[in-house]
Amino acid sequence: MARPACYIIGAASTRKSRGHKLSDVLATIFGASSLELLSFQPPNGRGLSLLHGLANSVGIAFGSFGVGLVIGIGGAYGKLYGGPVVRDLLEVYTTVVRAVPELVLILLLYFAGTDLINQLLTALGHAAIDINGVVAGIGVLGVVQGAYSTEVLRGAILGIPQGQIEAARAYGMPPGLLLRRITLPAMLPFAIPGLANLWLIATKDTALLAIVGVNELTQTTRTAAGATKAYFTFFMAADALYLVLTLVSNVVIGRVERWARRGMPSIAGSH
Amino acid sequence: MIAQGTAPALKYTAQNDAAEAIHVENLHKRFGELHVLKGVSLSARDGEVIAIIGGSGSGKSTLLRCINCLENPTSGIVRVNGEEIRMKADSHGHTVPADRKQIERIRSKLGMVFQNFNLWSHMTLIENVIEVPVHVLGVKRDVAIAEAEKLLARVGLAEKRDVYPAYLSGGQQQRAAIARALAINPRVMLFDEPTSALDPELIGEVLKVIGDLAREGRTMVLVTHEMKFAREVATHVVYLYNGLVEEEGPPEQIFGAPKSERLKQFLRNVG
Repeated sequence: MARPACYIIGAASTRKSRGHKLSDVLATIFGASSLELLSFQPPNGRGLSLLHGLANSVGIAFGSFGVGLVIGIGGAYGKLYGGPVVRDLLEVYTTVVRAVPELVLILLLYFAGTDLINQLLTALGHAAIDINGVVAGIGVLGVVQGAYSTEVLRGAILGIPQGQIEAARAYGMPPGLLLRRITLPAMLPFAIPGLANLWLIATKDTALLAIVGVNELTQTTRTAAGATKAYFTFFMAADALYLVLTLVSNVVIGRVERWARRGMPSIAGSH
Repeated sequence: MIAQGTAPALKYTAQNDAAEAIHVENLHKRFGELHVLKGVSLSARDGEVIAIIGGSGSGKSTLLRCINCLENPTSGIVRVNGEEIRMKADSHGHTVPADRKQIERIRSKLGMVFQNFNLWSHMTLIENVIEVPVHVLGVKRDVAIAEAEKLLARVGLAEKRDVYPAYLSGGQQQRAAIARALAINPRVMLFDEPTSALDPELIGEVLKVIGDLAREGRTMVLVTHEMKFAREVATHVVYLYNGLVEEEGPPEQIFGAPKSERLKQFLRNVG
């Protein structure tokens, strides 16, 4: 039953007959016409727009994870060493952000946030601007990531043997140098598992931005699937891309963790 | 372990007119309701080795830690190198250093060695030793490395330069910690029970290193439980009891002819 389909796609694309072994197999599963939709040849092939969506997703994940890390370092420091006002404010931030569903936060921050910025701009006599979806996505997810990062990093800092911090103080290290040279590298082994989780969550949270129309992978997939009615093909392709992103991430995380734990004897049997 | 014949000759090299490296006057320290130090005075001139002895809870470690403000004294005077540490009251009424920069400058002249070594676990031995010279004192990296290699060789750890602390025995870690303290070319070395966390068979190697430093005329303040060692290397012994100096004097007097009943009792118990 499937064999004729293979021949059909083979015939349809004789002009680039190389590299189609995999497509032959996939075509047997998906049917020829829908697989052609994944090619990089416009106007019918929508592979490029999926990759563009993936690039945006990765960019947003990177950006929001980074923003989250910066917020998290500040937040963890503030919670551990800040005054009562700072601590209370941070407690409100982490509690509220972690209590409200992310989808609701995204809707709230995206629409209310961009509206607020534009109101501010007009109040200051500037023209309203059209805020780039990717930038807005980074901002919104960054605020969410920051709340979780704060807790991950706070725990990791508490995991550092206090004597190492004390030794740095005893040798006259100023606070900024101490953070950079001792606290951050020393807490990293304790933070990596939690941060790795946060990174993987960040890659998938980008999909939530489809709801507000940001052109990330899920949104481009939805658009392509809707236009062609090849839902199964496009969403399976998107799933595969998300899976590849996770697998690549795991390799990188593994390397980072080995580096971060360089001073720690490996636990017996782990390698 | 320590050549008995040579010790007395070198012990009195400290002249009475030598500059006062550390001066502590009427020092009080309270932890809430707990009055740990109740007016202690102490002086260390250049070349002197001051041994602080006393029972558990007598305040000897607290006294040492007040010298470099790892604990902030509640009241009293601490002068290092003739420079008085300026203190002020914070919003909670706690006494804190008035000038962070001054504390950092003073700390970078005091080489502290801790009971639990407190080496930085994410750095190899050589990195531990050059950390403060390079990043706090601004020594050029290659100069610091050359110096650190000499110091590691001196404490018998030349071949361990690229090993992380977790892979070493307690005695090796403590010797590396002494090299780290020496690397800042300290005006005074502060030892806070340097052998208390060590297995008995490792104590000797650490005491030998400290003893060598004492005999070459390093100024030291040493909190210790090793009475035999204190008698051999100290130029002056201070016995603390319940937050006060109960008796002090040259080691011959303190160990040979103690006056105070409490000191006699203490020496019987530890002897």
